[in-house]
Amino acid sequence: MKLIVAIVRPEQLSDVLEALFHAEVRGLTISRVQGHGGEMEHVENYRGTSVKMALAEKVRLEIGVSNHFVQPTIDAILAGARTGEVGDGKIMVLPIEKIVRIRTGEEDQDAVTPVEPVENP
Amino acid sequence: MNNADIGWMLLSTALVLLMTPALAFFYGGLVRSKNALNTMMMSFVALGPVAIVWALLGYSLAFAPGNPFVGSLSFAGLRGVGMEAQGTIPHLLFMVFQGTFAIITPALISGAVVERMRFNAYLAFIVLWVLAVYAPVAHWVWGGGFLATMGALDFAGGAVVHVNAASAALVAALVVGPRKDFGRHAILPHNVPFTMLGAGLLWFGWFGFNAGSALSAGTTATLAFTNTLLAPAATLAAWTLIDMARGGTVTAVGAATAIVVGLVVVTPAAGYIGPLSAILMGAIGAVPSYFALIYRAKTKLDDSLDVVAAHGLGGATGAILTGVFAQAAWSGGARGLIDGHPVQVVTQIASVLVVMAYSGGATFAILKLLAVVMPLRITDRHEKLGLDVSDHGEEAYTHGDGAILVKPKESAATQAATDAIAVQSGGGA
Repeated sequence: MKLIVAIVRPEQLSDVLEALFHAEVRGLTISRVQGHGGEMEHVENYRGTSVKMALAEKVRLEIGVSNHFVQPTIDAILAGARTGEVGDGKIMVLPIEKIVRIRTGEEDQDAVTPVEPVENP
Repeated sequence: MNNADIGWMLLSTALVLLMTPALAFFYGGLVRSKNALNTMMMSFVALGPVAIVWALLGYSLAFAPGNPFVGSLSFAGLRGVGMEAQGTIPHLLFMVFQGTFAIITPALISGAVVERMRFNAYLAFIVLWVLAVYAPVAHWVWGGGFLATMGALDFAGGAVVHVNAASAALVAALVVGPRKDFGRHAILPHNVPFTMLGAGLLWFGWFGFNAGSALSAGTTATLAFTNTLLAPAATLAAWTLIDMARGGTVTAVGAATAIVVGLVVVTPAAGYIGPLSAILMGAIGAVPSYFALIYRAKTKLDDSLDVVAAHGLGGATGAILTGVFAQAAWSGGARGLIDGHPVQVVTQIASVLVVMAYSGGATFAILKLLAVVMPLRITDRHEKLGLDVSDHGEEAYTHGDGAILVKPKESAATQAATDAIAVQSGGGA
């Protein structure tokens, strides 16, 4: 099992999600973050104050997957997030010690195996 | 001259002026947060250059005595526009009241091109448009032009303002082209409360728009004022009923839209029809716009904020129904179908078609001309990033995290070495 952490551009998020769902990666968490990835800072002006915006808006995805899903997940993120400009982000793959699915108590491999989505009443 | 009339018209002018910032909120709430400032600026900026060209040239083209198609230049530079009586109010007051109409009309068009039109190109477009399209069309109907001679009824601008702007919006949406994300990704309103605030302020300002178009503080203003309350109320009620009848929920964006549609529908009729007709007109007017909105979203036409469905269909429905419901007992002269003058309906349809055709054609010409000099669209990369940053160098909702103060006296080289992170709580300047 691996935890895939990806930092992507917010404007690419829809494309990334589309690619991930297409690859049948269904369990993920996103958060809005700010970061600096070596891209050119843009300058903003508010009345007399000029500022260089050193942090750009990014989105962080966290995806726990079983080993054979690692590569398809990476491929999907690459397909959705790449624009070719500096600032496209990073994908990091981390080992996981343990995963527990809260609803059932299932652990590890079972916990990241997708179940058929059930419609809530 | 009459001081009560002057007082009412001064107030009406301020009310109509408020509609442009109101439109900024209405439109601004409907776009994504990365384009919030740009969208609001598209309305706000009309308050500047458009008002100036109106005073210097547009007013003369619209209201100076001329031929049936356009006014002369005799009022250019406000020559001869002073305190002399124009009806019961000073000529200058009439000019500035009409100026507030000239400001909001091009701003309405912006709804069709938000989130991708370059701000510079838009700015040039609205200045040219108000002179080449708005001023002559206003002349046709209100300045003694050929539509006035033909007997077309347009109390406060159903054709002059709304059909005119919507026809331009349709052409602009087609010429500028759809947003890259349109039809690919969901594009959602980022601040629905803004849109509701805008709709509320538009309604408030519209009392000046319609009742002020009586150009006096008398009974005609009272009638237009009453109809400006009743017609949108009926549209909102009808909209709500359609929502429920279709088994859906009553939405906030729908309610805000319904209010605007109702206001547009009653605009050409406000001073010509009785209050019960206004209720009927408002209710009928909900139907075409309601279904056009649903249909448009499924097409390839990226009229992003539905200027055509709300203002075009609303304006056309209103203009045609004015020819049905006008009654001499209320209007003091103008008669429609229900008052034994069915030909009025034909005149109304003709006036709508003429305005549509001219506005569409002239808008196409202006945009194609501009496209030779400057690109109309921002680059794809900037479209993704949002126009707030690319075209204005600002953000609507910045927290100031990571904002490095650019100090004025330092050279770029020393700057880089001594960057200090500005601690900005709330990003205020």
